[in-house]
Amino acid sequence: MRHIISVLIENEAGALARVSGLFAARGYNIESLTVAPTQDETLSRMTLVTYGDEMIIEQIIKQLNKLVDVVKLLDLSDGPHIERELMMVKVKAEKGAREEMKRMADIFRANIIDVTDSSYTIELTGAGEKLDAFLTAVNDDLIMEVVRSGPLGISRGAKGLGL
Amino acid sequence: MELTGAEIVVQALKEEGVEYVWGYPGGAVLHIYDALFQEKAVQHILVRHEQAATHAADGYARATGNVGVALVTSGPGATNAVTGIATAYMDSIPMVVLTGQVPTPFIGSDAFQEVDITGITRPCVKHNFLIKRVEDIAETMAKAFYIARTGRPGPVLVDIPKDVTDPNIRIPFEYPKKVSMRSYKPVEKGNARQVRKAVELMVKARRPVIYTGGGVVLGEASDELRKLVAHTDFPVTNTLMGLGSVAASDSHFLGMLGMHGTYEANMAMHEADLIIAIGARFDDRVTGKLAQFCPNARIIHVDVDPASISKNVRVDVPIVGQVKPVLRDMLKFLKERKSGPDKAALKEWWARIETWRDVNCLKYVNSDKVIKPQFAIETLHKVTKRRNFYLTSDVGQHQMFAAQFYPFEKPRRWINSGGLGTMGFGLPAAMGVQQAFPKATVACVTGEASIQMCIQELATCSQYDLPLKIILLNNGYMGMVRQWQEFFYDKRYSHSYVDALPDFAKLAETYGHVGMTIENPGDLEAAYKEAFGMKNRLVFMNVIIDPEENVYPMIEAGKGHHEMHMSPHLSAERELA
Ligand SMILES: Cc1ncc(C[n+]2csc(CCOP(=O)(O)OP(=O)(O)O)c2C)c(N)n1
Ligand SMILES: [Mg+2]
Repeated sequence: MRHIISVLIENEAGALARVSGLFAARGYNIESLTVAPTQDETLSRMTLVTYGDEMIIEQIIKQLNKLVDVVKLLDLSDGPHIERELMMVKVKAEKGAREEMKRMADIFRANIIDVTDSSYTIELTGAGEKLDAFLTAVNDDLIMEVVRSGPLGISRGAKGLGL
Repeated sequence: MELTGAEIVVQALKEEGVEYVWGYPGGAVLHIYDALFQEKAVQHILVRHEQAATHAADGYARATGNVGVALVTSGPGATNAVTGIATAYMDSIPMVVLTGQVPTPFIGSDAFQEVDITGITRPCVKHNFLIKRVEDIAETMAKAFYIARTGRPGPVLVDIPKDVTDPNIRIPFEYPKKVSMRSYKPVEKGNARQVRKAVELMVKARRPVIYTGGGVVLGEASDELRKLVAHTDFPVTNTLMGLGSVAASDSHFLGMLGMHGTYEANMAMHEADLIIAIGARFDDRVTGKLAQFCPNARIIHVDVDPASISKNVRVDVPIVGQVKPVLRDMLKFLKERKSGPDKAALKEWWARIETWRDVNCLKYVNSDKVIKPQFAIETLHKVTKRRNFYLTSDVGQHQMFAAQFYPFEKPRRWINSGGLGTMGFGLPAAMGVQQAFPKATVACVTGEASIQMCIQELATCSQYDLPLKIILLNNGYMGMVRQWQEFFYDKRYSHSYVDALPDFAKLAETYGHVGMTIENPGDLEAAYKEAFGMKNRLVFMNVIIDPEENVYPMIEAGKGHHEMHMSPHLSAERELA
């Protein structure tokens, strides 16, 4: 099963390496991992997407909690939550194809954020499936570069993950 | 009070009540060594290899329960210490290792004797720190000791760049009185509801077994365990790391379980309907094939580390907490109940266990021509049983023979590397024990291969007058390797013969010790008596044993508890019967 886990971790040198090292050393799957400081600059927030059976996910959560730098974590998959991922795609947009590409961006509510006479750079935010759908919709030959942030997650409702 | 960084490091050690530091100097730690030179309260012991510094600190910690401390220089000093750090990590031993580092401006430049030791050790420490400012030393040291000794203990490494200990920079010194970390809160008592649930299972059990590991020793819960065993009349087995937590002479004790465990312990596990696992981690050497592990049992698991629970084996009643208070509660709740464990069922269970005991699985055929390793350990027990005695071990057959044949009556008396299985551990660990208990009798049982991995420490023993008794069970082989090759590789003894051995007795003498070579079974007891009579001398006993004796019973890796190989003569006897 796929799980999306949010981790509040001390913003210390090596903290990220402890998490990625843990996944490598114990052979856990890791699909994506994003990390950035929070409003409290002593804390970073990590969102990681992993998969495994129930026993493995339980171990992943326990092992993460065991890291001395980890302050708090939440398995977002346990409850209602929102996921968003950012993608930027550089596509070929030449002559007659430009209009079609613009229309495609509009359909997906994407923004064109950079333009040359032969290319567009398109920005798209949404759940992972929406981003996948966009890539499927665009002809493979037209895609020059794709960069994705990996999902970010937050729980629904008034309660937040904080100290 | 204004102090330099180096002085703060040493003051921190004093504040933590550290008596001994095992170490080896080098460029990056020279400022710290200078501060140590001027400090009398903390005694530094100069080892001959950094691996030994960590093992000695580790042995000290295992015997005393205090945090062991090692100090080494950057680069090769630090990498040499890694084996000892990993050894302590696998057995959850509280230790603080201080490593020197190149000055902060040089970090990352491949400077002379630079290694990224926090990176290298990350997977084998409980935690590690790189100190970047002199202002951070006191707090970091306090955190390091706090983390090492609380919760599930473990080694903590503190990397200290040379400029941070600069003798020209002084700052006010104040040591934190209390450490509190928002990201690290070790658990205390277990959840009472869970303990009650466990008690309900215990009184209903018909075939219970208590299975305990190193956690009972580390958690100082031996008394509580003994009370629980006495109160319930349940059989109890220990892992290699747990030996001594119940008295070997207690009739409830089934011996060690696992790969070289007793027939009765393993069969009881296999047939049990309830396992009460306490401070044990379901290691593969203990469980054998997981799919066949305790097939009929419900499992209660008490452990201070939640990540230990349901890691390898799914448990029915997890109890996260310090073993000691949990066992206290367990006993209290048991006593509060009107009816206790099922006496009739237990009687039947014990009757079955006795039939397994009657197999006498450790029986061996002694010889009057060649010393059998089992006999060597039995005789060792005979000669030392009235002493205040500690036994350390290296890794191999001799370790298993010692675990099987030396009946340990108290915790912290059997000191060996169980998790990592580190050859070279025995001698330096014994140095740490002897340092802690100068009046005690400390022996190390070893093999001719293992002892050569840290034999240079015989010099340290001379320098510090450590009167260890080294019992080398010399079979001329890496016996444990040879045994596997005999069983699983058709006796192709590939590189397991230990050729070109020195004359160990003479070697010991050149280091200033007493050396003995013992070859006849008839001479063994008298030789031991003579050796143990030499109170103030290290005696190195080179005991020449049967080269091809094997350790039985044995469960092959990946087999179930009920699939033990028994010693061939036992199988023969049984066929006759
Ligand atoms: C550092 C290290 N290297 C290799 C091994 C693998 N190993 C386990 S037991 C053993 C043989 C030990 O031989 P010896 O010390 O003579 O003990 P014996 O088994 O003969 O009693 C070896 C090589 C190990 N445990 N540790
Ligand atoms: Mg040998």
